[in-house]
Amino acid sequence: MEKSGEQRDHIGAKYGMWFFLFTEILFFGGMFILYSVYRAKYAHDFHLAAAEENLLLGSINTAVLLTSSLAIALSISAVKNGNYRLSVKLQTATVLMGLAFLVIKYFEWTDKISKGIYPDSPVLLKISAGQILFFGLYYVMTGLHGLHVLIGIVVISFMIYFTRAGDITSENFSKLENTGLYWHFVDIVWIYLFPLFYLIT
Amino acid sequence: MGSMGNGTSDYGNSFYREKGRYKGILSWLMSTDHKRIGIQYLAAILTFFSIGVLLGLLIRLSLIAPGKILGQNTYNQVFSVHGILMIFLFIIPGVPVAFGNFFLPIMIGARDVAFPRLNRLTWWLYLTGAVLVALSLFTSGGPPDTGWTFYAPYSIKAQANITLAVTGVFVLGFSSILTGLNFVTTIHRLRAPGMTWFKLPLFVWTLYATGWVQMLATPVLAITLVFIILGRVFGVGFFDPSKGGDPILYEHLFWTYSHPAVYIMVLPAMGIISEVIPVFARKTIFGYKAVAFSALGIASVGYFVWGHHMFTSGMSDTARIIFSFITFLVAVPSGIKIFNWVSTLYKGSIVGRAPLYFALSFIFLFSIGGLTGLIIGSLAPNLHLHGTYFIVAHFHYVMFGGAGFAMLTALHYWFPKMFGKMYPEKPAKIGWFILFSGFNLLYFSMFILGYKGMPRRYFDYPPEYFNLHLMSTIGSWILAAGLAIIAGNLLWALFRGSKAPADPWGGKTLEWQTASPPPAENFYEMPAVK
Repeated sequence: MEKSGEQRDHIGAKYGMWFFLFTEILFFGGMFILYSVYRAKYAHDFHLAAAEENLLLGSINTAVLLTSSLAIALSISAVKNGNYRLSVKLQTATVLMGLAFLVIKYFEWTDKISKGIYPDSPVLLKISAGQILFFGLYYVMTGLHGLHVLIGIVVISFMIYFTRAGDITSENFSKLENTGLYWHFVDIVWIYLFPLFYLIT
Repeated sequence: MGSMGNGTSDYGNSFYREKGRYKGILSWLMSTDHKRIGIQYLAAILTFFSIGVLLGLLIRLSLIAPGKILGQNTYNQVFSVHGILMIFLFIIPGVPVAFGNFFLPIMIGARDVAFPRLNRLTWWLYLTGAVLVALSLFTSGGPPDTGWTFYAPYSIKAQANITLAVTGVFVLGFSSILTGLNFVTTIHRLRAPGMTWFKLPLFVWTLYATGWVQMLATPVLAITLVFIILGRVFGVGFFDPSKGGDPILYEHLFWTYSHPAVYIMVLPAMGIISEVIPVFARKTIFGYKAVAFSALGIASVGYFVWGHHMFTSGMSDTARIIFSFITFLVAVPSGIKIFNWVSTLYKGSIVGRAPLYFALSFIFLFSIGGLTGLIIGSLAPNLHLHGTYFIVAHFHYVMFGGAGFAMLTALHYWFPKMFGKMYPEKPAKIGWFILFSGFNLLYFSMFILGYKGMPRRYFDYPPEYFNLHLMSTIGSWILAAGLAIIAGNLLWALFRGSKAPADPWGGKTLEWQTASPPPAENFYEMPAVK
């Protein structure tokens, strides 16, 4: 019989990834619960505060992240077809779009901070409770989402290395496929964050 | 007396002698062998349990002479650290990380868990979390004094280094999530040929249910702790009324995790009892499917009862009635288990060995813990008993009398398999008797104290409570003596015990079909599952 180290269980790996994504949903779920409770309580304040968001930059970021999700999905198809060079290109494109997302996010954050809007700031403490909570949630939720984007970028960078090194092949690509699942999850979270913060004016 | 596999222990070929890439301590820390990881976890949780017991003794000692032994602030710190150690470092990881790791793969006929390296990562994360919690005790501000619940807004304002302690608990939670994920995947993917779902040992069923609770509840604690950290470091005021936040929401989020966490502690403990009772009653378990499904029932219904921790915190009557009703509902599957264990014993040819003594006292103590849970799960008595020693007594009966006694059961049941040594039976039974007597004196006094109105976590009290406090403290000494005898006996056996046969009890599950201790990949040839 073969030794346990030599077994490869693609389905098992996928189980593990989906379970991990469940836990991620619940992790973000805690934040969405806070959002819903406070938005129900301070609907008008949330309305006012959302006007402060930069809809243009938010929309561009949504487009960037959605496109990056397409790129990683295509990179998996490319690997399945044995086209490793194309896959590496598409993964690189995903990483670049992820970075672009973070850069745009950086400009959005610094713009707000320069206006004195950040947790516990003197400006913020003078406005209404609901608006304080809105911006608190904005920083925490987009911040933790940004952290997930950053982790995704690091993981995809490893996948680029693995693909080039020949560790990811058309026979054995569950690493890349699971990374893709993770990236789609990050994308889907943003699809909820975008309307909740930018489109409720 | 074993009916199959009469070979005696075989150290030369056991996993203890396995030559890996590393030597010395690294051969343990770097190991991906589920058995080595399980043994390390066992050593760690028992260490933290011992420290927790010492702190508990200190609390009891202080309570018979308030102010003479511990100052007020020190008292708060001691009971907080007692709680944090016992909950997050001992009893939540508890059964799954030690006995689950060691026995889950063997019981389903696998060579290891689904993700062995991830398993090793959980062990490292556990160590990291433990180090962070330990550091928080000695850094500026002193040990946490918030209680193990870290209730906001005090945890956001407190002087002590809550940030570090909470980060430690966050890391421990991550470890717990990955263990659950690993076990559930293992049970789905690595069952031996012929090991169908309804042939799984019941311990495996409870690990399966527990794994789901770990995955679905722990992330909620993680995000809640992140909010505490953000509140302290960046002044984000989600639970701070002066910034529009709501402290009650903290309680909701906290108990959304921490009530299911009770089932993380107690479900695998029930699994152990379901293994031990049939072996020593020489019968198959009564109502196998009912016992298996009741584990899933407890896991799913247990997710929706957290509100009963907050009946006095401010909630609508509708919500309170619903939470109270669901609390009663969750008692049903627990009751099914109790009745099935007792029915298994009925007309069995019972063999009175040490593991059975512990298992039977589990049933007794857990029943008291469970039934008093119904008293405080009802709305009217809850208003009277909330925040009193009645609650303290209740959860010690469930946690210690339940999960703790089950761990002692497991230790006595699986000790020959894990270490290849037999322990002397008589000291184990004497230790059990002293522990059991001390336990009831210690905690039953608390039921009466609480019923008479003694609030929990208070450092001082009016003189009319003194006698009961004194009884309780004397109980704590008896309990400690019992634990010392049990620990001494097992430690003696570890070095001097006689060699254990493969199947000392006549167990029928797969772990008894391999050598004691098992070889590196568990089986020389795959056992047949009939």
